[in-house]
Amino acid sequence: MQDTLLEVKNLSVDYETDEATFYAVNDISFKLNEGETVGIVGETGAGKTTTALAIMRLLPARTGRITGGEILFKGEDLLKKPENEMRLVRGALISMIFQDPMTSLNPVMTVGKQIYESLEIHNLEHKSKQQLEERVDELLELVGIPARRKNEYPHQFSGGMKQRVVIAIALACEPKLLIADEPTTALDVTIQAQVLEMMHDLKKRFGTAMIMITHDLGVVAETCDNVAIMYAGELIETGRVEDIFEGTLHHPYTKGLFGSIPDLETSANRLHPIDGLMPDPADLPTGCRFHPRCSQCMEICKTTHPKRVSFNGHDIVCHLFTEGGAGK
Amino acid sequence: MLRFICKRILVIIPTLLGIIFIVFGIMALTPGDPAKVILGEKATPEAIEKLNKEMGLDKPFLVRYVNYVLDLLHGDMGNSYRSGREVSEEILTRLPTTIRLTIGAIVVAVCLGIPLGILSAVKQYSFFDIAGTMTAMMAASIPAFWLALLFILLFALKLGWLPSNGSESFRHYILPSLSLAIPTSASLLRLTRTQMLETIRQDYIRTARAKGQVERKITFRHALKNALLPVVTVVGMEFGFLLGGAVICEQVYSINGLGTLIINAIRMKDIPQVTGSALFLAFFFMLVMLLVDILYAYIDPRIRARYQTRSKK
Repeated sequence: MQDTLLEVKNLSVDYETDEATFYAVNDISFKLNEGETVGIVGETGAGKTTTALAIMRLLPARTGRITGGEILFKGEDLLKKPENEMRLVRGALISMIFQDPMTSLNPVMTVGKQIYESLEIHNLEHKSKQQLEERVDELLELVGIPARRKNEYPHQFSGGMKQRVVIAIALACEPKLLIADEPTTALDVTIQAQVLEMMHDLKKRFGTAMIMITHDLGVVAETCDNVAIMYAGELIETGRVEDIFEGTLHHPYTKGLFGSIPDLETSANRLHPIDGLMPDPADLPTGCRFHPRCSQCMEICKTTHPKRVSFNGHDIVCHLFTEGGAGK
Repeated sequence: MLRFICKRILVIIPTLLGIIFIVFGIMALTPGDPAKVILGEKATPEAIEKLNKEMGLDKPFLVRYVNYVLDLLHGDMGNSYRSGREVSEEILTRLPTTIRLTIGAIVVAVCLGIPLGILSAVKQYSFFDIAGTMTAMMAASIPAFWLALLFILLFALKLGWLPSNGSESFRHYILPSLSLAIPTSASLLRLTRTQMLETIRQDYIRTARAKGQVERKITFRHALKNALLPVVTVVGMEFGFLLGGAVICEQVYSINGLGTLIINAIRMKDIPQVTGSALFLAFFFMLVMLLVDILYAYIDPRIRARYQTRSKK
């Protein structure tokens, strides 16, 4: 059994605005072992990014509020850390890759400097400027960019190259945990594969654990050990990647997600998207959050929130299942 | 880059021609006869006609325009009707005063407006921010000349700290510069604040935070340079406006600058002087804007790149 690196316990996050309170993340729990990858999958607005920002403690200062729970990183609760200590965690122990490489780099600073900055902030060993510069070159080469391009500005790079720079920044201090928030969504399909492969290699090389946030099940199948399906701020199904992709027991939402993917082998005239939209996080439905869209909705679903049912580490939160086996 | 600058300088020429045309047109359309003004009310019609002929004012508008431009090419802006001295000389003797006043005002405005704007943005919704933006709103709506009068009342008459008129020493410039600077600094504050708030929300600021960077460095190293771009343009434009806009302030403080010169020239229908001064101000304004563009390229590598690729073609 490997050591637990990150444990999120009953985390809840709200966004408060003058008009309403948005319940973005509601009582979620998951564990991540060292060196493993967990995929958080869900539609846009499910609370995936919010979860990531909560772990980094980078929620928008004025509106985002963590209302409960613990985020244990190597046994220490990150939520209890003062800001100056949290700053030493960010970038050094936990780093994050953001969704849109086009906007995540400072346009008026050379890419070399932006990588250098990360090294400089966490330069605990008091390395010389020279040594840090060498490390910048090394990192650029590592992500497949010639080191001589370090004095160029972000606008001189393509989207895929920019994302490589962002990855270099994130990996600069060899963090224990890398949070990748839809790292390939903004890229072309061919570039996506390249970047994913590179991330996978680097992750193995450094033994970094990873949270892969995505809505792309293909990415999950390729990169993850564990999967958590997120819906309306809740984790409705969690398990090993085999459980989710090959198992027969599934939350109706998960089935819907897979039903939305075209299959070449069976001839279907149309895709089977899930009807309806994600509920408004300011006005979540009672009972099971998914019931208004669920094809197998029962009376109890409308009033009572389902309990987590576990099948050998494969957890499903749905009234269709009871402890020890599938109900109906 | 060099090629870009040359191109920009070339563009100045047609613009100046246009400005001369407009000023000439306005002067031709306004009532009043320069010869009559010079000779006084009691002059005989014959004398007036003679003087007009001497000054070439009997010729058609377009001929006068072309003559003026041709003279200008030889560096001759004509002589002032009022003083008889060369227009360029009149301008150059007064220029330092106005430049000192304007630079003083713009320096004060920048030193007040930009830092306070940054502070307001960083401490958004704090007491300081609310007080700052409210004061700025008031300051921006105060006309400079009214402020100038109030300053004279308070600092010169009541307290006797500073002189109320003239331009002999540094102390003479304090009140006029301040009264020009305050409305300008208010608008700079508001602009800087908005730009900073906009920049702080950008993804790359979040990237910097995710690196573990301290807020102070995020503000100054990452946000400021990006937020300052539009501010630089506005500072340049304000500088131009102040050069021309110092007119009223110069009047209030009895400073013998370019503004006073133009006002008097317009009153006397001193056509060469008015045209020359307007031309000069326009030229100066365009130089400042060129400087702003160069500064822009210096700050933003994307703009620099655009100039470079364009000049390669």
